Parts: sequence; structure tokens; C-alpha cells
Amino acid sequence: MTTWPILSVVTFLPVVGAFLMYISRGDDEAARRNSRWIALWSTLITFAVSLMLVWRFDPSQPDFQFVEKAPWLANTIVYHMGVDGISLPFVILTTALMPFCIIASWKSVTMRVREYMMAFLLLETLMVGTFCALDLVLFYLFFEGGLIPMFLIIGVWGGPRRVYASFKFFLYTLLGSVLMLLAIMALYWNAGTTDIPTLMHTAVPRSLQTWAWLAFFASFAVKLPMWPVHTWLPDAHVEAPTAGSVILAAILLKMGGYGFLRFSLPMFPLASHDFAPLIFSLSVIAIIYTSLVALMQEDIKKLIAYSSVAHMGFVTMGIFAGTTQGVAGGVFQMVSHGIVSGALFLCVGIVYDRMHTREISAYGGLVNRMPLYALVFMVFTMANVGLPGTSGFVGEFMTLIGTFKVSIPTATFATTGVILSAAYALWLYRKVIFGALVKPSLASIKDLTFRESLTLMPLMALTLLFGFYPKPVLDMSAASVQQLVNNYNTAVSAVKAAALLQ
Amino acid sequence: MSFESAGYQLLPVLPELVLAVGAMVLLMIGAFRVGQTTRLVTGLSVCLLVVTGVLELLLPSGKVTTFGGSFIVDDFARFLKILALIGSTATLVLSIEYLADSSRRIFEYSILVLLSTLGMMVLISAGDLIMLYLGLELMSLALYVVAASNRDNAKSTEAGLKYFVLGALSSGMLLYGASLIYGFTGTVGFAGVAAAVKTGSVGIVFGLVFLLAGLCFKISAVPFHMWTPDVYEGAPTPVTAFFASAPKVAALAVFTRVALTAFPGIIPQWQQIVVFVAIASMALGSFAAIGQKNIKRLMAYSSIGHMGFALVGLAAGTAEGAQGVLVYIAIYVAMTLGSFAVILTMKRNGQHFENISDFAGLSRTNPLLAFFFAMLLFSLAGVPPLAGFFAKFYVFVAAIKAGLFTLSVVGVLTSVVGAYYYLLIVKVMYFDEPLPQVDPMRMELRTVLAVAGLFNIFFFVYPGPLVSVATSAAKSLF
Repeated sequence: MTTWPILSVVTFLPVVGAFLMYISRGDDEAARRNSRWIALWSTLITFAVSLMLVWRFDPSQPDFQFVEKAPWLANTIVYHMGVDGISLPFVILTTALMPFCIIASWKSVTMRVREYMMAFLLLETLMVGTFCALDLVLFYLFFEGGLIPMFLIIGVWGGPRRVYASFKFFLYTLLGSVLMLLAIMALYWNAGTTDIPTLMHTAVPRSLQTWAWLAFFASFAVKLPMWPVHTWLPDAHVEAPTAGSVILAAILLKMGGYGFLRFSLPMFPLASHDFAPLIFSLSVIAIIYTSLVALMQEDIKKLIAYSSVAHMGFVTMGIFAGTTQGVAGGVFQMVSHGIVSGALFLCVGIVYDRMHTREISAYGGLVNRMPLYALVFMVFTMANVGLPGTSGFVGEFMTLIGTFKVSIPTATFATTGVILSAAYALWLYRKVIFGALVKPSLASIKDLTFRESLTLMPLMALTLLFGFYPKPVLDMSAASVQQLVNNYNTAVSAVKAAALLQ
Repeated sequence: MSFESAGYQLLPVLPELVLAVGAMVLLMIGAFRVGQTTRLVTGLSVCLLVVTGVLELLLPSGKVTTFGGSFIVDDFARFLKILALIGSTATLVLSIEYLADSSRRIFEYSILVLLSTLGMMVLISAGDLIMLYLGLELMSLALYVVAASNRDNAKSTEAGLKYFVLGALSSGMLLYGASLIYGFTGTVGFAGVAAAVKTGSVGIVFGLVFLLAGLCFKISAVPFHMWTPDVYEGAPTPVTAFFASAPKVAALAVFTRVALTAFPGIIPQWQQIVVFVAIASMALGSFAAIGQKNIKRLMAYSSIGHMGFALVGLAAGTAEGAQGVLVYIAIYVAMTLGSFAVILTMKRNGQHFENISDFAGLSRTNPLLAFFFAMLLFSLAGVPPLAGFFAKFYVFVAAIKAGLFTLSVVGVLTSVVGAYYYLLIVKVMYFDEPLPQVDPMRMELRTVLAVAGLFNIFFFVYPGPLVSVATSAAKSLF
């Protein structure tokens, strides 16, 4: 279909930018400016190229497109890239959010700018690669490789407890992933290949399915994160610099959900079916428990971090419902949460840059000095709550109907999460924005600058657009989701039929 | 019957002969040439090692044996000999500064490294227990002396002595095992032993245990690792680099060859030994390294752990496993040499320092050096996409195929624990406040670090060659 390897270009363009930055030496003001501009242009060009993917993508095709293959490790482990309707939204989400991250770090990062930007560009390559990889080993390479730049981003440019947070982040995720690596090897010996499209159509023995599912679950549950292995997330979020939090919430978490969609459901349908009750329970606990925890937070970032865990609960619930609405809703919820939580962290970063604190109690009455900020923050807060008309509503609603068909109790309990999220989000909004502006430190706080508006306005537009008109995202993934769900149901009902015959 | 037709061709041992004769010639040059000869001898030694390596590559391919089957040259031997030669060459290059120090102009150092390398090559090619012992002793005796080469330093002398005493003990065990095996099979040749050993009688298993104990000592696998931290710390740093690279290659090679070619009939018997040793080494290597303050001690525990990982491949007892061991050891040598190039650079105002806390803020004073070292550490931890990941990948792939699930799970979990202490060094370099600038890096250290570091970072781009060579090398054992 294409004559040039468009996916490889999208994946590796940021590295080229990082390399350019590396050869432009120096640490004076001019060099810093150069680094920023190189980073911005690299991400913008990457985004532009990735838009060509959307342009040329055929949404009626459920299979992988823009496929590239090249010999790599051995005859059976190849460099295989491609996207389908499930991965493309994440690729675009990644490339689209990166320029915002760069702009958001424009002023706030003054120390070791070049390394900072290089780490971000490297991270972009690894994230895009994760979503495009069609070979398990290649996937693992990108998936785990991302730990190194993120570890450095949190550890070097993070807050006071950055060392603790970065270690916790790294070791937690590594621990989950090494088990997945063993499962990958077991799959390799089972099918003789690590090619993902082939593995999707290879029957895996029931016992191996169970173990491999658990191993993959260990990795993705930590990454997503699901309750009870979510504890690294609040720490990482609080300590990471603003752009790091944005990437973490918007994209790195989505790798877990993507993994469930790409591996667990299609490759181990029977195990997924068996373990669905477990996932439902964990999701419901995540939704209710972490929402309650969020109510108690005193740190804005921590509150949003806990709300992320709750929102990811909807995603896992929807995915493992195994219904078209559930899975499509899961994809949509991830995209929507990517935009909304990313934007919320940007909003926190903006006041943090001015006040250098994230304590909720340090704020209050911001609407008097920052009306524009109050408006933007309100839109994202509402989207976080899942108010109809924002993108947050669509995802939550779809996952809930999807689950309702399968398990009414799960859907019922999960719905309470909508109320709880309204409770903590509105409480946060009231504390920070409304009330009288009495704190003297806030008396001279300035409203959004042009640069800050530039980062928030497009995201606000997208949130509202997808809230009223979610069709573009849903259409893009519809065919692939349908195929995934059909295959899943076929596999599950075949086993049920066999069980009835006996 | 002529000498040659009786199976005593000299062509397969040509590289060893050249190395042996060359070492003698260099000894003469060093002893009788007037004036300072250290530089000259070191330079010529490096050339000699390179020539030996080239000769090794030029030998006719395929499996050749000589001396009645006690000396084997196959793809396996060729691969590991080249690796050992690379290790020794790099060590000599890393030692240039140490040897240039006017207080100890010791040209014998290079000769000892050459002789030790000769021992390794014999060890790698050993086809019977006698040749094995000869190679092992030649290698070890030279190592005892280089460990103590910093004569005026109490720690160095202590390291040499400790290594010698414990090494002699392990040689004794090995010999005892070898004699038991001979007694129960009536032969010392690996092929003969393999033909005789079809079931594990008690005597054979006893012999095997003692033999493997002796070899475990050489690769510093738990429970025969006690000497490692002290010797690594006490010996001069270039010597430590040597200990960590080439001798490990040779000992692991002979371990693999003995297990797979002499005892293929009793795999279940030795498999449980190897599994135990692997688990113990990985666990001890990861947990004991956490508390270390001295980088050389840390590297000692790290090497114990890495040998455990390499043995995971051997435990599989298959061609994939042997391939995993080969890939592992090759990448391990690269990572180790690179790391020691960094450790040797660590000095301020001419004073070497070995404490991890002295690395503080290196990323700001020496960004490139810190970057390379950080990448090496991540690689040692086995984080993709660096070379160390592929090393672990291949051994665990083999273990999973062989159904060693417990071993694999324990292995990957200890690798996470191990990641912690490597990360601690990265943390010191990247997150902590910088200390004063370190002295500029010497040219030869730079070269070694650049080669090792770039190999380590870019291995994933084109891993094909090393993997396919390792595959064919592993096949030659079966």
C-alpha cells in the first residue's frame, strides 16, 4: 500500500531529533533554546507524518496495515511493524501529545535541558514502537526500553522524593514485565514464532493459556495500573515533572490496556473468559476504593493520579466484558483519558510553576485572578467526572453498557464510581478555584499566558469534540474491535459447546 | 607410523604454539634487554595476542582433534578462544597505565597474562581430563601471581595468597573428581567417558560433583564464590578486570564442554547440580551486592550473579542452552570490560577511588562517560534494548524450552533484585549533587569503553552475526 516505511519513520523520527540535539553541543542559553526548538520540531514533524497514517488508513479493514517486515534476531523473530484500528488511536495520541509536553516544559525546565529533551524524544520512539510492534520480542523491547528514559526523567528532574519514586516505578514495572518475558518465551516454543498476527490465530493449550495470561496480567496490571498494584503511580506522578506526569498518565498507562487488548483477549480467550470475574472485581474495587482515596488527598497531583486508577478500572472492566461496546468503550475511554488526564496535569503544572506547591490548601479563589484558567480547568474537571458532552462520558457510558450485558452487579457497582468521581473532582475544583481569594501569596497570580493557552486550548477542543461527536475514534477502531470480539466469542462458545456435549 | 598419521598433527595447536613461543621470546627480551622494557613487552604482547587470534581464525574450519583426541578445535573452541583473546588483549590495554607507574615496572605482568591466556586456550580445547587440568593450572598459576603483582600493597598480596590457597584446594577437588571418574570409567577422554557413562552410578556422580565443584570455583559460582569479593577488591583494578573477563570465559567453556560432551548420558544428574548452583549464584549475586560500597566488590557480586545466569542456559542441557551460554558470555565480557574501563578512569588528582559514592554527579561533570556507564549498568541489569537483555533472553529461552520453569521464574525475579543495585549506581551518577571533575580519561581507556559501550548499545540493531556464530558453535558440541 505504501512505498516507504511510514511506521518506521514515525517511530524513529524522534531519535533523529535526539541525535541532532546530541551533536549540537554546549550548555549556554543558545544551546538550550536550540534543544527546545529541535525537540518541538521533531515532535511536530512526527505528528504530521503520523497524520498521514490516519489519512491513508482504511478503517473498513480489520487487519494490520502499513505492515513492514525485515529480518532481525533469528528467522523466527523479525522486525515486524503494523497498525490496526486498535493501535492507531494510541499512536496518534502519543504523537499528538508530545508537542504539548515539549511546550509545557519550555520554561519550567531550566536544568540540563538538552538531556531532558533527548530523554523525551527517546521515550516517544519507544512508546510509538510499543504500539506498532507486531512481534512479541520487539514489543517487549520497546515496552521495557521506555523504563530507562522515564526513570531518568523522574529521577533527574523530579520533586523532592524523586529517588524513591523513580526506583519504585522502575522496579515495580520491571518485576511485572519479566514474568511476561517468560510467557513470551513459552509462547515462542508453543507456536515456533513470536509473530503477533500468527499467534492471534494459533490455538494455545488451555493450561498454557492460564499461566501465560497470568504472566501477561502481571505486567499489564502493574502498568495500567490496577488495584492493588497501583501504589507506584501516585508516587511517580507526584514526583515527576509536569510533562513526565502527562506522558505517564496519557500514554504509559495505556500500554497496559493496549496489552490486554492486543495479547490477553485474542491470544488467551479462554483464560480471559475464566479470569473475567477476577478482573471485574479488581476493576470495581479500583473504581470505588481509589475514588474514595482520591477524596482524602491533599496534593492535587495525587488526587488526579488516584482518579486515573479509577478511570482505568472502567477500561479493564470494558475490555474483559468481551462485548463490542465494552471493548470499543475501553479504547475510547483510554483515548479520552489520555487527553483529559494529560490536560489536567498540564493545568496543575501551570499553577505549580507559579506557586511551587501542589497542596490543595495553598490555593483558593483562583477564579478571581485567573478566569480563563478557571474555565479551562472546569472543562477538564467535568470531562474527568464524565459529564455528558465531554469525551469522558462516552467512554464510561460505553464500558458500562458493555459490561451490563455480561455482569449486572459489576456494572451497578461501577456506576457508583461516576458519582464518587463527581464528588472528588468537584470538591477539588471548589477548593482550588472558588471561594474568596484570601491567601496573600495568590494575590498577584497571573492568568494563562499565550504559551500555556496554546497547550490547553487544542486539548479542550478535542475533549468537547469527542464528547459530542466520538465517531472519528470509534470508526477508526470499529472494524478491528469487531473482529477481536468475534474471535473471542467464537473461541469461548466453542469451548462451551464442547463442554455441553460431554 | 609417522608422528602425524598417529593423530598428532601440530596444525590445530599452531596458535597455542605461537603464543607459547612468543611468550618465551618476550620473556627473554624483557630479561636481557637493557633499560626499561615494560612498554615494549606490553606492546608486543598485545600484537602477539592479535596474531594468535588471527591464526585461530585462519585454521581450517570444522572439527579437528589432535594428540589422540585430547585437544579439540571446533567451532565452540574457536568462538570462545577468540573471546578469551579479546578479553586478554583488552586487559593488557587497560593495564597500560598501571604498568607505566614508575614504582613498579614489571614487564612480567604481560608475560603472565600471555601464559594465563595460553592456559585458557588449552582449557577451552581440552578433550580429556588431563588436558583440562593442565590448562586450568597454567591459567590459574599465572593468575595467582598477577593478583599479587602490586607487591608493596598488603591487600594485593593478600588477594594473591587467598586466591592461591583456595585455588589449590579447588584444584585438589577437581583432581579427586577426575580420578574417581577415571576409576569408574577407565578412561580420561571426554568421548570415552561419554560412551562409558550411561547411567549415573554413585561413583560417577561423586566424581562429577567434585569435578564440577572445582569448575564452579573457577567461575566463582555459589557455594564456591567466597574468594571472589576479596580478590576482586584486593587485586589491582586492571587485574580485577582480567579476572572478571577472560578466565571466566575459559572456565565456563570447559564447564559446558565437560557437562555436555562427557556426561550427556546423565543429564538429569548434573542438571540438578547446575540448577542449584545457578539459583544460588543468582540469588546471592543480587542480594549481597545491594549493601556494597566499593565498586569492585560490587562487580564481584555482579559477576557471581552473571555466572548464575549463564548457568541457566547450561542447565537446559540442550543446543539452545549452549548457544545461550555462548551469547551470554560474549555479551558479559563486553559489558565487564566496558565497566572496568570506567572504573579505571575514576581518579581525582591522580588518586584512584573505588567507592560508589565517589561517582556522585558524574553525569554533569562527564556526561558522555556517565552515559556509557549508565547504559552498561542497565545492560548488566538486563533492561532492553541493550545487549544484556539479549544475553538473558537466550538463556531463559533455552531454560523455558527445557521445562525449567522454577529456575526461570527465580532467575528473572533475582534479575529484578539485581536491577536495584545497578540502578543505585545510576542514581548516584545522575541524581546526586556532583563532586569535583575526575581526571581526563586516557586514550586507551576511551577506546575500550567506546568499543564495548557502542557494542552494548547498538547490539540490538544487528544481533544476527553473534547469534548465528554462537548457534553453530553450540551445534559443534552435539
